[in-house]
Amino acid sequence: MNNHRYDAIVIGAGHNGLVNAAYLAKAGKRVLVLERRHTVGGATVTEEIYPGFKYLIASYLISLLRPEVIQELELARHGLEIMPLESTYVPLLDGNYLADWPDHDATKHEIGRHSKRDAEAYDEYSRTMRRLALALRPLLSMIPPDPTSVSPNDLATMAKVSGVLSQLRQDDFYLLARLMTMSAADFLDEWFESPVLKGTKSTSGIIGTFMGPRSPGSGYVLLHHYLGELDGVFRAWGFARGGTGALSQAIASAAREAGVEIQVNAPVAQVIVKNGAAAGVALENGDEYLADIVVSNADAKRTFLKLVETQHLPDEFLHDVQRLRSSSPACKVNLALDGLPEFTSLPKGKEALLRGSIEIAPSIDYLERAYDDAKYGGWARKPFMDALIPSLIDPGMAPPGKHVMSLFVQYASSDLAGGWDEQKKTQFLDVVIDTLAEYAPNLKDIILHKHIMTPWDIENIIAITSGHIFHGELALQQLFFLRPSPQWSNYRTPIRNMYMCGSSTHPGGCITGAPGRNAAVAILEDHP
Amino acid sequence: MLKRTPFHARTAALMQADQWRRWAGYTAASAYEMTHDREYLALRNACVLIDVSPLCKYQITGADGLRFLNRLVTRDVSKCPIGGMLYTPWCNSRGQVIDDGTIAHLGEQSYRLTSAEPNLRWLQDNAIGMQVQIEEVSEQIATLALQGPRSRELLMTLTDAPLADLKYYRFINTVIADTPVMISRTGYTGDLGYELWLDAGSASAERVWDALIAAGRSFALQAAGIWALDVARIEAGLIMLDVDYTPANKAMIDTQASTPLELGLEWAVSWNKGSFVGRKALLEEKRRGLTTMLVGLELDHVEFARQHHALGLPVAYPFLAWRSVIPLHADGAQVGYTTSGVWSPTLKKYIILAHLQPGHAAPGSVVTIDLDVDRFRRPFEAKVAKLPFFNPARKKELL
Repeated sequence: MNNHRYDAIVIGAGHNGLVNAAYLAKAGKRVLVLERRHTVGGATVTEEIYPGFKYLIASYLISLLRPEVIQELELARHGLEIMPLESTYVPLLDGNYLADWPDHDATKHEIGRHSKRDAEAYDEYSRTMRRLALALRPLLSMIPPDPTSVSPNDLATMAKVSGVLSQLRQDDFYLLARLMTMSAADFLDEWFESPVLKGTKSTSGIIGTFMGPRSPGSGYVLLHHYLGELDGVFRAWGFARGGTGALSQAIASAAREAGVEIQVNAPVAQVIVKNGAAAGVALENGDEYLADIVVSNADAKRTFLKLVETQHLPDEFLHDVQRLRSSSPACKVNLALDGLPEFTSLPKGKEALLRGSIEIAPSIDYLERAYDDAKYGGWARKPFMDALIPSLIDPGMAPPGKHVMSLFVQYASSDLAGGWDEQKKTQFLDVVIDTLAEYAPNLKDIILHKHIMTPWDIENIIAITSGHIFHGELALQQLFFLRPSPQWSNYRTPIRNMYMCGSSTHPGGCITGAPGRNAAVAILEDHP
Repeated sequence: MLKRTPFHARTAALMQADQWRRWAGYTAASAYEMTHDREYLALRNACVLIDVSPLCKYQITGADGLRFLNRLVTRDVSKCPIGGMLYTPWCNSRGQVIDDGTIAHLGEQSYRLTSAEPNLRWLQDNAIGMQVQIEEVSEQIATLALQGPRSRELLMTLTDAPLADLKYYRFINTVIADTPVMISRTGYTGDLGYELWLDAGSASAERVWDALIAAGRSFALQAAGIWALDVARIEAGLIMLDVDYTPANKAMIDTQASTPLELGLEWAVSWNKGSFVGRKALLEEKRRGLTTMLVGLELDHVEFARQHHALGLPVAYPFLAWRSVIPLHADGAQVGYTTSGVWSPTLKKYIILAHLQPGHAAPGSVVTIDLDVDRFRRPFEAKVAKLPFFNPARKKELL
């Protein structure tokens, strides 16, 4: 048995684990990152599953990555290149389509074909969402306060929170209060009339969540996706050259430069707890590593229900973790293609739209039905898809002349009736391809290889409970000071010297780096 | 792809240097010739034809048309007779200007509103509970501005309509080149001039264009683009949306927006007509006093020239209007900022539109502005002047 000693051990080399480790090392700590898979990145990976074709088996785009993380870890110097994704194309089966271009007039023209009123409202809608996002953004890098606490720290943070809210214009504040509790569909109904515009806009409210566009709370998720920015441009989505895995490599490079030691193929079996305090970890192979600080990048359920002996945890905390809503509807499909899909509704001269997002989201009704199919333990017979052809943006993603297509697909329940198996995976993959082929009839002829990650696979391969891409739903009851548990939203845990730095903590999922960085701030407060 | 106006085939044929620009989603000419000099000089000395079709237009009809418009805009529309037009801004409930444009009283319960930006949604939202129909007719109506001292004579060769008696901000309906045309005595130049409103069908639009160009040969008519128009509108002290003010629904923060009072448009605010959107906020602003005012400035251009000469250079006046925010200082502190400026060839003055704190906004007050003299930044004095800078009697005179 090996014995090693570190200042801090980070369990899991997901992007937040790597960010956390890098910050701790920059503060002078001796840090070890232990990753169970053969590669770093967690859900932020690029994998060549079919030779020559790089698959984005989980996350696929970057928007919410905090600008301070990019700056402080000098990720550009470590190889991160992000190319903005400029357009959204929503094909329809009647031969029509909707497109969102980076240009104001072009977008207005496209929306105007569906509704002149919507074309005008769109500008104001976008500006309103930007104002709300701008005001809320400071909350992302805040360690959530406990509103019931009278400790100086919590009181000071509460004051900061009210400071942030008081930045809002009066009418924006009221709007925010309503948006937070509404469904995306209700909110969009107040702005727009054309079904396709409402459909595509509502997708920001449902991506990754097991909610339909008519579920209350999806309004917040809508706003969550507006909190992103690239180079100061709000809500810009970008593609990392080499896929999201390249981002993990860049963060790992920054971490290693700061002195972090990263071990792959090193699955942690248990956190070692001595006298109520974390003292290190034991690997599945029996190796033990000792440290003053243990940080878990794993989701809250996996961390506290699998990696920690429950006797160390207070009842109410265990209860909170157990009841965290984490059922997931999200799947990821990758296709290796012999050519480009030919969308029936794509007009000649507008092929540039294939370089952006391609959304199968023709209406709110379509999306809600897809949700309905899944919520009783099934899958959508006509799924929602957010597709991308990475090889059109970064030719390195596929061999010359060939293409790779990445499809984010929901809904397919993680709690599938009877459970997932290989046969059901194949069946659902067929549903996805059949649905997409309705819009691009040549699709089936050009598929060289297909691959699906269901919630079951995401759980098995990446080890996220129920495969929930946000490590637990972005629902109002588990946000901010409630994430993942009321008294433990500040990255600390009931076990002394043990911390959380994953998406189960504020501000939640997506590639943000925020939980990783915020957790480092909290850890360094306790262990200067 | 930008949209093209009904006159595009004609304007494209005149374009010499591919100097196109974007205007409200349309392709519009900046200048047809290599420079805009002749176009501007024709505007003030002969006449010009400007394609202003990208304007947004709304047809408003119904029993509550007047009630609706009086709720919407700051001016009293009931004072506008059939055959009349008026200029007015309109505001949100915080009194911030959303847009400005004209209203034509076309007939019983029938009006047409023009605007710089699309306003359909705002109009519809303000018509809730009223018997009024609002129709977006921007693409159905082509618009030409025929502006300049010889514009009336030119038009009179094409129509028998009583143009001699047509007053400022009045319109008549007539026929030019077998095409029904509404001619209003309006414009964005501060000069004698007309705007022609006609069906946007390209055949009829081109017929009217051709007739005007043909008749124009006797009056030195010149097709002109936005560059010439921009010089003229600054001389006339006419504000431009997105340049001299940020429309309320584009303002990210309140300080970016402007009220009619701040823009020098109190003359267009009817306090007595009853309630309208923004009235309460504007009354409150009037009571508290303004924090900023739109003013005209005249730069000390003699010193501007002297500084160039001192470097051994000829003076470089801006013949193209600039649209920059430049800080204005007085007593060591910033007291305002510019929004547009240009050398006025007619007035022989360097004129500027600016927002200033009221304490520095009285005519004759002096502020300091830093401008480039070749490769150096130098302070210059600028004096507050009364707007409009240029206001010829012919603008309103009858024949």
